[in-house]
Amino acid sequence: MKIAPREAYGKALVELGKENKDVVVLDADVAKASMTVLFKEAFPERFFDLGIAEADIIGTGAGFAVAGKIPFVNAYANFLLGNGWEQIRISVCYANQNVKIIGHNIGASAGKDGPTHLPLEDIALTRVFPGMTVIEPVDAIEMKKAVMALAAHKGPAYMRVGRAPVPVITKEEDLFQIGKANIMRIGNAVSVFACGVMVSKALDAAIELKKLGIEIEVINMHTIKPLDEECILKSVKKTGVVVTAEEHTQIGGLGGAIAEFLAAHNPVPIKFVASPDRFGVCGTYEELHEILGLTKEKIIEKVIAALAMKKAVNK
Amino acid sequence: MVRNMEKVIEEAKNAAKNMRRNILKMTHEAQGGHPGGCLSATDIIAVLYKGFLKVDSQDPKWSGRDYFFLSKGHAVPTLYAVLSEMGFLTEKELLDFRKLEGRLPAYPSCELTPGIDMASGSLGQGLSIANGTMLAARLNGTEQRAYVMLGDGELHEGQVWEAMMTAYHYKLNNVCAIVDYNKLQLDGSIDEVKTLGDLRAKWVSFGWNTLEIDGHDYEQIYKAFEEAINYKEGPTVIIANTVKGKGVSFMENEVGWHCAAPSDEQLKIALEELS
Repeated sequence: MKIAPREAYGKALVELGKENKDVVVLDADVAKASMTVLFKEAFPERFFDLGIAEADIIGTGAGFAVAGKIPFVNAYANFLLGNGWEQIRISVCYANQNVKIIGHNIGASAGKDGPTHLPLEDIALTRVFPGMTVIEPVDAIEMKKAVMALAAHKGPAYMRVGRAPVPVITKEEDLFQIGKANIMRIGNAVSVFACGVMVSKALDAAIELKKLGIEIEVINMHTIKPLDEECILKSVKKTGVVVTAEEHTQIGGLGGAIAEFLAAHNPVPIKFVASPDRFGVCGTYEELHEILGLTKEKIIEKVIAALAMKKAVNK
Repeated sequence: MVRNMEKVIEEAKNAAKNMRRNILKMTHEAQGGHPGGCLSATDIIAVLYKGFLKVDSQDPKWSGRDYFFLSKGHAVPTLYAVLSEMGFLTEKELLDFRKLEGRLPAYPSCELTPGIDMASGSLGQGLSIANGTMLAARLNGTEQRAYVMLGDGELHEGQVWEAMMTAYHYKLNNVCAIVDYNKLQLDGSIDEVKTLGDLRAKWVSFGWNTLEIDGHDYEQIYKAFEEAINYKEGPTVIIANTVKGKGVSFMENEVGWHCAAPSDEQLKIALEELS
């Protein structure tokens, strides 16, 4: 079963709105795409359209937070972070305000809208901020838990929300805690740290790799910042080799975060499954994933290459 | 709040005199800062705090407080000086301005300094913040107000104009913006760098109740704040024509004092002029 993250997000916001009267939702004229329109219909008095003004929407959200509200600020990730980056830096992060920044249409999920609308840089743009939490829920079930957790978490946070349907791979009873990675499959050959839709692809790759006698460990890194360092170290001490997978540029994303950490604390060979250093093109979600190399096959290829690198290093 | 204009003006004048002296001492001690734009804003900020802003130095985070956002964050010595007048800070600690120790950084910090609700220093952001607080106040049904002071050069920032549209759209009659229109910025006069043209017409066309005053005339300042409170249709802006460096003869209208610190000798002369 596949569900679009944005649909799960829109529904989760309504649930949250019922539970918590301090939650307000701001959107920059994309409510029908971000699905915050559901919140708007349920709680019109707590929904605010700021128009096509991403710098202003961040500041307005920060103002709500100053007054004790819990604002969820929505727009397409590239516009929100591109036009609102300095506002996030000062009015949200430096000011340590309780603002939830929600970046939509992340990665290649807006497909045919093409390169201007395909944010492949948003993790890099947000994880550099001191105090910022960065989250990408793995599926629709986890999305609801993430929305609730974000509201309960005090401080600046960024969450990625995709437009295209992605497989549902978790269960209602699975635990979700910000900063605690979830092991989806246990293995001892290679640690595969993935986020978002790439987790399901890693699980698909694991089935193929098992046929080759390679048991990979698949870890859902739904929280990219703060990194679950304990979980990473535990897995890497077992496998000694890493592959990361994300729907994001290879520069500065999940792979970069893990490489920075491991280089300093436990250096091991690492291979990255991520978009090359390039812009997207117009295409379907699947076509873009083929073009950008965000596929099960690419994960398999990198796992085998990572094992070869480990062997070469250990010689 | 029952106000008496004469009493407020008298208190504000006394506060402003002391604030100006402290601004000079702070920038001298730190050998840094922006005295020109501090001195142009002093009279307005003194009247605001002494007569209009509902805040409690014993409970800086009191939920019913009014908000003042200094969007032109480089004038923070003026803010520190008034916070000292209001009992949020001691006069002695003002000399911690820009120092590693203490809680008075070069630009406003809401984490370090009591009485400050938002960081600034990156220009253009304050009006959006004010709007957010007042949308929240409307939701809560509270009678709060938000004041935001903008620099004239700061109006080059696009976010200000986005936020002007927001305040008008939501008819935020509890938002009051003040433009410290001292006509000078870092690189020169506003008209040389990038003119604001007919500034009054710009605000009017954005739907704001637009008042224009002499920003050093206490009665005009007082009456403008009062008029802003009484105007219920939407937001009010007070375009305050001011003199950069006001009160210190050698600093007045001198672009070089946008960002410069007085020497020992200059401090002495300035303090004599302000005594």
